Amino acid sequence: MNDRNRALKPFVPQPDDDLIVCRCEEITKGEIRRAVHDGMFTLTEIRRYLRTGMGLCQGQTCTKLVKSIVARELGVRPNELGPATGRAPMRPIAMRTLAQDKEETK
Amino acid sequence: MKRYDMIVVGAGPAGLSAAIEAAKHGLQVVVYDENARPGGQLFKQIHKFFGSKEHKAKIRGFHIGEELLAEAAALGVTVVLNAIVIGIFPEKEVTVKVEDRVEHIKGDTILIATGASENMVTFPGWTLPGVIGAGAAQTMMNLHGTMPGKRVLMLGSGNVGLVVSFQLMQAGCEVVALADAAPRVGGYGVHAAKVARCGVPFYLSHTIVSAEGTDCVTGVTIGQVDQNWQIIPGTEKHFDVDTICLAVGLSPMSKLCDMAGCEMEDNPAKAGFVPKVNEYGETSVSGIYAAGDVSGIEEASSAMIEGRIAGIAAAAKLGYLSEEACQKEIAIQEAALDGLRQGMFAPGMRGKQITETEEGVAISQNLLQHGFVAEEEIVRFPGVTHQKGVHPVIECTQNIPCNPCQDACPKHCIRIGSNITALPSIDAEKQCTGCGMCVASCSGQAIFLVDEDCGDGTAEITLPYEFLPLPQTGEKGVALGRNGKPVCEAEIVKVRSAKAFDHTNLLTMKVAKEFAMQARFFQKGESV
Amino acid sequence: MRIQEHPILGTQEHGTLVSFTFDGTPLQGYAGEPIAMALKNAGVMVHRYTRKEHKPRGIFCAIGRCTDCVMVVNGQPNVRTCITPLEAGMEIRTQYGVTAEQPEGEAK
Repeated sequence: MNDRNRALKPFVPQPDDDLIVCRCEEITKGEIRRAVHDGMFTLTEIRRYLRTGMGLCQGQTCTKLVKSIVARELGVRPNELGPATGRAPMRPIAMRTLAQDKEETK
Repeated sequence: MKRYDMIVVGAGPAGLSAAIEAAKHGLQVVVYDENARPGGQLFKQIHKFFGSKEHKAKIRGFHIGEELLAEAAALGVTVVLNAIVIGIFPEKEVTVKVEDRVEHIKGDTILIATGASENMVTFPGWTLPGVIGAGAAQTMMNLHGTMPGKRVLMLGSGNVGLVVSFQLMQAGCEVVALADAAPRVGGYGVHAAKVARCGVPFYLSHTIVSAEGTDCVTGVTIGQVDQNWQIIPGTEKHFDVDTICLAVGLSPMSKLCDMAGCEMEDNPAKAGFVPKVNEYGETSVSGIYAAGDVSGIEEASSAMIEGRIAGIAAAAKLGYLSEEACQKEIAIQEAALDGLRQGMFAPGMRGKQITETEEGVAISQNLLQHGFVAEEEIVRFPGVTHQKGVHPVIECTQNIPCNPCQDACPKHCIRIGSNITALPSIDAEKQCTGCGMCVASCSGQAIFLVDEDCGDGTAEITLPYEFLPLPQTGEKGVALGRNGKPVCEAEIVKVRSAKAFDHTNLLTMKVAKEFAMQARFFQKGESV
Repeated sequence: MRIQEHPILGTQEHGTLVSFTFDGTPLQGYAGEPIAMALKNAGVMVHRYTRKEHKPRGIFCAIGRCTDCVMVVNGQPNVRTCITPLEAGMEIRTQYGVTAEQPEGEAK
């Protein structure tokens, strides 16, 4: 997937490019497609570049949608695209709560 | 750091079943669930489950949830609610947020049973208030007594879309249409048939063009799609609705497995990104198990058995159970699981098109394309026979693992045999007494009692009815066909409600005898 | 709208009726039910307007996953109203972006 010499077909605007895909960060289909043409070939790169799936819900809704858009743009099957890295915390959590995490000494 | 023999993440059907099995063998078990109520999705399932007696068939989902919770409590399983597992780290250390604190605990074994999340589709207007997931609709009406809307369009003809459409009508909402981009109904035919005969039109090969409204949904336009899923111009249809319900599949919620270092695979047969597991549900990380939807989307009945297997395997791993005893117990569970994984909707059949039943009967194409079996098709199925006097007519036309009707009949009129997916057939030698137990026992609401000729030019049809208000004896109305269209005038002659029927009422309606094999639902009100 | 009587579930039990405010307007709901349900039954559909495009959002998943139904509750923004129980006297406000402050020059 990281083959930077990959020959992509030229970017062609599509009528539904203004559709919101990531509901939290309000990222559109067109922005995601454009990001692939900007060289973002993995879900992790897309996420860092556009913040898709980085909002309040942490990708609950859009992960699969983003994956299918990126796969289509790259001309691969969605299951050939690896997932973005999963990290703790699994759910949004207040900094205050994390700050109260004390190591037990017992 | 606190230590448990087994930490279960998720108090749904799989997690609770595993906890029960593990606790039975003496393990100290804690179950964490991020929700305020345990049971996963079980408490939103108000329909009777399919399967056999051993799989809790014909019991409504929320009752199964109550049974599991009671069993877990009796065995001393700790269930911690509003507890969010935020990470799984090396050496099976789990961090969980409880109230305002982060706790660290260790498990000698861990079961990940986090279930699934709903898939979504995009279309102009999909972010408008009023566009909701099917799970949201179930949560609102079945947990919180709130109607999701007055007029609803359902997108998705899988079991979730079909079951939730029916539940919406039970809650008092109008389902104006059911659409699916696929060319064929994806869920059980019996679920589709009970929705279709209420008058809900099915639009297969149709998807949503756009949702309309400025601050919330006021309407929706659907259109027919071609082979490339593009809308065919001129096929658009508009509906005034306040709610659009999306039921377009589920994906395993498996991030926690990935984080725990389990080897993962993207497996379309399991509907997504899942941990690789062995026959005990154990992942590539020794002592970490996965069960239920997180390791592949299936029914709740399978999730419960997968959970039990993982619970038994964990007990053996920790030495609470001999290898021999473990093998023996697991063999029983696997046989049950194998039974559930048979038939046309088995996980291995995903995406395959089936043209005939195991018995060699051609599948109803109308059922797949419009949600109901056409009159000329229904006669070829073994449950549909003509007899003198009252007799069951079983409109069960696909091989699904379900057999409560066979046990329900005290006179043994109904035969399925040892193969649980076989279509039910009628034993004409046995005499039906019209007790109605089969009608109430059928989770698919596919059994009717028909007296084709009462001797006075009329016929009587007894049908399952789960709506309010319940029609009264003497009430006149219209008999609807399998397609939900008016067939003839009808009069209610008997209404039966019994504890043994578990909220499925039995309506008996009288119609002119030529409509005996057409009339399948009753609608109150003016004549045809 | 509340379901008065359900064919399978019967009459559902509710907590006690309590008062709360939505953008200053007094409303009533049942204590302990999700804030979102109380609002839905009071006819409120829009929970927030988004930060970039100022588009309306409301209940979407109803189980605390999608975070679309977040509002400002007792001064605290980003509260998932579909899983936060209603309490008497709660002050609930439409969320604009991440605050309760309506941006200037906007229609809504």
